[in-house]
Amino acid sequence: MSVQSVFPQLEPLLPRVSKPVQYVGGELNATVKEWDSTTVRWALMYPDAYEVGLPNQGVMILYEVLNEIADVLAERTYAVWPDLEKLMREHGVPQFTVDGHRPLGAFDMLGVSFSTELGYTNMLTALDLAGIPLLAADRTEDHPVVLAGGHSAFNPEPIADYIDAAVLGDGEEAVIEISDIIRAWKAEGRPGGRDELLTRMAETGGVYVPRFYDFTYRPDGHIDTVGPNRPRVPETIAKRTTMDLDAWPYPKKPLVPLAESVHERMSVEIFRGCTRGCRFCQAGMITRPVRERSIEGIGAMIQTGLEASGFEEVGLLSLSSADHSEIGEITKQLADRYEGTNTGLSLPSTRVDAFNIDLANELSRNGRRSGLTFAPEGGSERIRKVINKMVSEEDLIKTVSAAYAQGWRQVKLYFMCGLPTETDDDVLQIAEMAKNVIRAGRVASGRKDIRCTVSIGGFVPKPHTPFQWAAQCDPDTVDSRLRKLREAVNSDRDRSIGRNIGMRYHDGKPSIIEGLLSRGDRRVGRVIEAVWRAGGRFDGWSEHFSYERWTTAAAAELEPLGVSLDWFTTRERTEEEVLPWDHLDSGLEKNWLWDDWQDALDEREQDDCRWTPCFDCGVCPAMGTDIEIGPTGRKLLPISPVGVGSPVRNPVLSAP
Amino acid sequence: MQKIRLRYAKRGRLRFTSHRDVARAFERALRRAGVPMAYSQGFNPHPKISWIGAAPTGVASEAEYVEVSLVERVDPARLAQVLDAALAPGLDVLEAVEAGPGGLAERMEASDWHIELPGVAPADLRGAVEQLLATEHVEVERLTKDGRRLIDARPAVVRAVVLEGPVGSSAEDGSGSPETEDTPIDDDAPSRVGVDMSYPERSCGILRVVVRQTTPAVRPDDVLSALRVVAALEPPVPAKATRLAQGRLDDDGGLSDPLALDRQAGLG
Repeated sequence: MSVQSVFPQLEPLLPRVSKPVQYVGGELNATVKEWDSTTVRWALMYPDAYEVGLPNQGVMILYEVLNEIADVLAERTYAVWPDLEKLMREHGVPQFTVDGHRPLGAFDMLGVSFSTELGYTNMLTALDLAGIPLLAADRTEDHPVVLAGGHSAFNPEPIADYIDAAVLGDGEEAVIEISDIIRAWKAEGRPGGRDELLTRMAETGGVYVPRFYDFTYRPDGHIDTVGPNRPRVPETIAKRTTMDLDAWPYPKKPLVPLAESVHERMSVEIFRGCTRGCRFCQAGMITRPVRERSIEGIGAMIQTGLEASGFEEVGLLSLSSADHSEIGEITKQLADRYEGTNTGLSLPSTRVDAFNIDLANELSRNGRRSGLTFAPEGGSERIRKVINKMVSEEDLIKTVSAAYAQGWRQVKLYFMCGLPTETDDDVLQIAEMAKNVIRAGRVASGRKDIRCTVSIGGFVPKPHTPFQWAAQCDPDTVDSRLRKLREAVNSDRDRSIGRNIGMRYHDGKPSIIEGLLSRGDRRVGRVIEAVWRAGGRFDGWSEHFSYERWTTAAAAELEPLGVSLDWFTTRERTEEEVLPWDHLDSGLEKNWLWDDWQDALDEREQDDCRWTPCFDCGVCPAMGTDIEIGPTGRKLLPISPVGVGSPVRNPVLSAP
Repeated sequence: MQKIRLRYAKRGRLRFTSHRDVARAFERALRRAGVPMAYSQGFNPHPKISWIGAAPTGVASEAEYVEVSLVERVDPARLAQVLDAALAPGLDVLEAVEAGPGGLAERMEASDWHIELPGVAPADLRGAVEQLLATEHVEVERLTKDGRRLIDARPAVVRAVVLEGPVGSSAEDGSGSPETEDTPIDDDAPSRVGVDMSYPERSCGILRVVVRQTTPAVRPDDVLSALRVVAALEPPVPAKATRLAQGRLDDDGGLSDPLALDRQAGLG
C-alpha cells in the first residue's frame, strides 16, 4: 500500500510556526523516490533542530549510500520545535520526513544518529509523535526497527529500553548489510516476525540488540553480570570500520538547504580516526586507526561537491586536520585551483604543533579570512600532561605570534574545565596564557586591537577512554573555577589586556547530566523518560534545558534502586568494576586503557603511533585493521584556476 | 562589467523561504551555473547582488526583482536559462535584461497582491473591504524584533476588489504574469494540494489589492489586520498571498512593467 504525504495536513500549520522553511524539505540534491518502487525503507533522524541536523555528515553519507541502491529508499527527519509539536498534536499530524513528508511509522527502519546524549529526549518526542510505542518491548512487526548510531551508540544502555538495536562505528557498510537482511526476511515472508529479524541482525556480531542481553546487579548497586539471554547471539558486539575512504567518496552531492544552517559550507572528510591519544577524547579513541583519504580523492570530491552545491567554503574535516600527511600540498594546490573563484577553505580543528602559518595563508587566499582556532585544552603544562595534549606554551606563543604578524586579528583558544586531578591553579593558568598571547601578538603585529577569545567547555568522562574511570567534577567546583578565571583575566594591572580577551563558557550543570547519560546503564532510561514526560525537549539548548527537571527525575527514579546522579557521575570507578559497555567492543584493550589512566595520574605522556612504534592499544589486531596514511606524492589536476567568479565554467555562457 | 536585472517568482512551498534564504539560494545557484560573478574587495568579499525589496516569509510572488553584476559579458537570455535550471523548482527566473539607464528600485511604486482566504465567504469579504475603503485611517499592530508597533495600513491601499474562485486559482489575473498558468510547479506544491479541503470551494474569498510601497511597508498581513480591525474579519485558516506585479502606478491604478525601460534600451 502506498504511503501518502502528510504535507496537506502540515501546510496550514506552517504559517503559525517560527522558521517554517525548515519543515518543507526541497533541499538541493535531496532524493524523493516512489514508495512502491522500493522494498527496504529507512527514515534517518538527527535528533536536533533542522539547522543543526541537516549539515551532519553521518546522516548525509548514509542517506546517499542508501538511496544509491535501487530498491532502497531513505528519507530524513529532524526534531520539530515545541511550537510545531504542539500544533501537530492538536491536529493529529504525525512525525514526518522532510523529503516525502511521509509518516515515520510507515518505514522499516528508523536510524537515529546520536553525536550527543542530550538528543535522547528528542528521540522520544519523535517516536511519540509518530505513534511508535516508546518501549521497544511494546512494538510489533508493523513498527519500524529503531536503530541508534553515532558516537553515543558506544554506550547505548541508557536508551536500551527505547531502541531495538545499535551499530557501533562506521555506518556505510552496516546500513547496506542491514538492508540486505531486511530484504531477504521480507522475501521469505517475514519468518519469525520481528524477533527473528532482530536475531538475524544480532548474529552478524555487528548489531547490538539490547533486549537480547540481561544485566544483573549486586545489592550495592554495581553491575554483577551482563550477557546474552538466548542462542545465536554473540557475547560481545564489535564496532565497524570502513578501511578505504577513497572507495567511499560520500557525500558526493552535499545537501544544500533553503534554510540557514549551523555550517554554511560543504565538508570533505580528509581522514577518519586519530591516534594523538588525547585522553579525554572519545572520538579519538573509538575511531582508530587513522585512515587517510588520498589527495586525489579529496580533490575530486571537492570539485564535484562545489559543482553540485555552489558553496563558497570547503571544510577539510577530520579530528585533527593539519595532521594529514599531505596537508601542505592539499591546501596549496587547492588554493591554486580555486584562485579567483572566491572559494574559501577551512580546517575546523587544528593543533598548535601541527600547524603553520603558511597553511593558514593558503586557506584564506581565495576566500574569507575568519579567526584562527587552536585547542590547548589545558591551561597548565601539568594538566596537559595528564590529558596527553602535548603542546607547550612556547609553541603556542610562537604560532600565534606568527599569525598576528601575518595580519590575522583574532585567535580563538579552546580549553576544558573539570579535568581529572585539576586544581584551581591549572585553570587560572588559562588567564596567564591568554594574556601572554595578547602581549606577544601586540609585539608581533605592532597593533593594540588584536583579540583572543577563550572558550571553555566542561569536561565529561566518556566510555571507551582512559578517563572512563574518573570522577566527574561537580558543577559547583567547575562554576567556582570559571568565576575565579574570569576575575584573573580582568585583574591585570594593564586593563587593556583583559579587554582584548573574550571569555565564553557555560555553567557546569548540563555537563553533569551529559555525564549521567554518557556513563549510565539501563537504569538511567527511566530518568530520561520521566524528564521527557515532564516536558524535557532539546536538552542541548540552554534555553530549553532544565537542570531541576533532571535532578528531580534522577532522585525519583534512581534512589529507590540504591544509586543516584552522583553515583553515576562524581564517583571514581575501580579497576574491577563491570562497566555498562564492557560487552561493546571498540577494539581498545581494557588493560591498555587502565594503564593509560594510571599514566595520566602520573602525568606521563603517550606518543602517536603514526610516527612512533605501536603501543598496543589493541584496536588494529582486534578489528583486523591498520593505519592507512600517505604521503602519496601525487598531484591534484587541474592545477590551473577553474573559473572566474565561480568554481564552475559553463560553456553555455562563454559561447559567442 | 555588466549589470543584469532579473525578474523571478517564489512559488509553492518555496514561499516559506525568508529573504535571506532566497539570497543564499541565488548566490549558490549563480556559482553552480558558472556565472562570472563580480565580488566586492576586502577581507570578506561578497558577490555584488542588489535586492529590490522582497516578499515576506510565507508570501508567494510572481514579481520579485534582483540585479547582479558580472565581470564578463553574457547573453541575458542564456543567463536566465542556466540560472533557472540551477535554482530549486519554485524559485523560477522569468526574465533577464541588461540594465539600462536609471535605477530599478525607484520604479517600484506599488504592488498588486492576490490574497486567498479559504473559509471566508466572498460576500463577507466584500463587506469588510467596503468598510476598509470607507475608513481614512486604520491602525494595525505589527510584531517586530523590537516589540509591537502601530502602523496606519489604510493610506497605502490604492485599490481593493473581491473576486470569487476556488482555492489555488492564483492565475486568474492577466495583468502582467502570463507565465503563471503554464509554468510547471511540482505536483505536491501547496497550490496543487490545496490549503484545507474541508472548506467548500465557493467559500473562498479572494482579495486583489494594490498597495503603495511606503515606509514602513504595508504587507498583505497588515491589510488583513486592517480588515480585522474595521470588520472583525477572522479567517479560520491562514491566508495565502501572492504578489502578482510590482511597478509604477499609472493613472487608472494599474502597474507598469519595471523592466520595460531596460528592454527598450537593449533594443535601441
